[in-house]
Amino acid sequence: MQAFTQLTGITVPLDRANVDTDMIIPKQFLKSIKRSGFGPNLFDQLRYLDEGQPDQDSSKRPINPDFVLNFPRYKGAKILLSRGNFGCGSSREHAPWALLDFGISCVIAPSFADIFYNNCFKNGILPITLLDEQVDQLFADTQAKEGFELTIDLDAGVICGSSAGDIAFSIDSFRRHCLLHGLDDIGLTLEHTASIKSYEQKRQKQAPWLFN
Amino acid sequence: MAGKTLYDKLWDAHLVNQQDDGSCLIYIDRHLLHEVTSPQAFEGLRIAGRKPWRIDTNLATPDHNVPTTLDERAMGVNGIEDTVSKIQVITLDDNCDEFGITEFKMQDERQGIVHVVGPEQGATLPGMTVVCGDSHTATHGAMGALAHGIGTSEVEHVLATQCLIQKKSQNMLVRVDGDLGEGITSKDVVLAIIGVVGTAGGTGYAIEFGGKVFEDMSMEGRMTVCNMAIEAGARVGMVAVDQTTIDYVEGRPFSPKGASWDLAVAAWQDLHSDADAEFDHVVVLDGASIAPQVTWGTSPEMVLPVFDMVPDPAQEKDNSKASSMVRALEYMGLTAGQAITDIQLDRVFIGSCTNSRIEDLRAAAAVVDGHQVAKTLKQALVVPGSGLVKAQAEAEGLHTIFINAGLEWREPGCSMCLAMNADKLGSSEHCASTSNRNFEGRQGFGGRTHLVSPAMAAAAAIAGHFVDVRTFN
Ligand code: SF4
Repeated sequence: MQAFTQLTGITVPLDRANVDTDMIIPKQFLKSIKRSGFGPNLFDQLRYLDEGQPDQDSSKRPINPDFVLNFPRYKGAKILLSRGNFGCGSSREHAPWALLDFGISCVIAPSFADIFYNNCFKNGILPITLLDEQVDQLFADTQAKEGFELTIDLDAGVICGSSAGDIAFSIDSFRRHCLLHGLDDIGLTLEHTASIKSYEQKRQKQAPWLFN
Repeated sequence: MAGKTLYDKLWDAHLVNQQDDGSCLIYIDRHLLHEVTSPQAFEGLRIAGRKPWRIDTNLATPDHNVPTTLDERAMGVNGIEDTVSKIQVITLDDNCDEFGITEFKMQDERQGIVHVVGPEQGATLPGMTVVCGDSHTATHGAMGALAHGIGTSEVEHVLATQCLIQKKSQNMLVRVDGDLGEGITSKDVVLAIIGVVGTAGGTGYAIEFGGKVFEDMSMEGRMTVCNMAIEAGARVGMVAVDQTTIDYVEGRPFSPKGASWDLAVAAWQDLHSDADAEFDHVVVLDGASIAPQVTWGTSPEMVLPVFDMVPDPAQEKDNSKASSMVRALEYMGLTAGQAITDIQLDRVFIGSCTNSRIEDLRAAAAVVDGHQVAKTLKQALVVPGSGLVKAQAEAEGLHTIFINAGLEWREPGCSMCLAMNADKLGSSEHCASTSNRNFEGRQGFGGRTHLVSPAMAAAAAIAGHFVDVRTFN
């Protein structure tokens, strides 16, 4: 996993609450058995005017000029700003894969759905939860200035660049540590092999029907 | 000290260890797999040279991509026309063969939607931790299990370590008191709950469903309710173990037998919240006040009783909610003030992990028996949740009732719930669906989904529009 330390980039405002994972990456693209290549189909239904299919060259498709990700001023965005309950719905990890493949490695919103939030950390994406007022402020900032950029410093826990000054954020320390160092969860867990084995022995005595 | 909730008990029983920052290693008793969220996990294992920790806890079946017509199914994987879908199903078969994981393949009678198959086989039991790379894993909480959906990285993590890194959720109790009215089903109950709690109201919580309504409810009804906990934002939904649970589990292929059974039943007696347990949040509904529900918008919380009118965004004080409503109405092609019973339907779908079990099919069959599907409908599908549900329904003659009424009787799978296979809505078509998500495009590009119970879907199929099933006939 790619480590996440600092990120500076254009911030694209997606002014919608309850952005669900079906919206982030529609189901026809879940048929892939790979982890990459989902970027062109991020927000497929909103980004294009036709219905996308896997294995299709998306660069030739009619784009929806009214969708914010297609506005020239947000080209190359690395940070996505959105509203509450972002990432609700299906557990598909294809949603963070698609964001990452597109180039977005930080999402800022007032709240996130649990599974999506969790999946972000497994893929080197930083989801930042801010207060409604702070999110409103950032929306205003993106609107006010073309090419508006934010800098996210995970180590320091601050977002810089808003016209209202620096914004502090917090992430639980274990996740922050893993993200900062690009650590693989499985490797970390396997360091606890002895505890897992002793749990199993104890459990097998209490609940033998769970072990065949 | 206050007593423990059911969730506390399940959590404590599976805690391997806890780090200083509160993140915990939780042991997983049952891991269910399907073809969509597992290929990258197996690939990850291979790349890292890792082996599954405990083969016997894994059980797999393909469901999302499998075609549901008899002709296609007769040809096995070769009957899957879409090559990308085909590769995904073959990949699951290959991975299970390579790693030695039990799989009910497409031609196996036990194949079906993973959340129907688990309980049906006794593969998900009270007191277990159950995970699957699918958000509707909450379904298995109906058994008094701690069950939730995980992402693909976590699928790999469970395969490799038998554990998950977790933080404990908060406890929420959703209590529905009293009795349900005539003709009201578990689906109406859960839709009404989501209407109250909202799609994000359960975020960060494990929900226990309690109260007389759930005590009286069948296991299949409880599964329908827990299935949709995720639609209220909670990863986990569960119901305490009682005699109904134990009777359901007894004698299933994977259930414990003999002395082992007695031991298990004794242990399961404790799987309920203590009388003095404290919940962080409690929501109470009155069962008698719940009417048949229909969703009118593009989020499960956009739900109303069938006799109501499509709401007017101008009346909504919260701006962000009002703009979601405007967008939803536009997408759904509805106008504020329109009666829900005036919504004309193009298709009806009875199936999905929410409502494709035998009781659901019985309820739908009872409504359509002796009637004919409305001429204005393009299609009405009945898709059993598993091969065994299908066999049972056929043994009871339900398929004949459906076919005589003009509904299509299909092979088991996810089907039109999410349109990863050939069953889809056309653009701007309205569908009465017994599934769990009415998101934009969920059932097909531009498709318009209305979530309802099986009985309501069946009545709508006959009428061609929504009708109150209580006064139908
Ligand atoms: S039936 Fe629908 S919700 Fe259930 S597992 Fe299949 S696709 Fe998911």
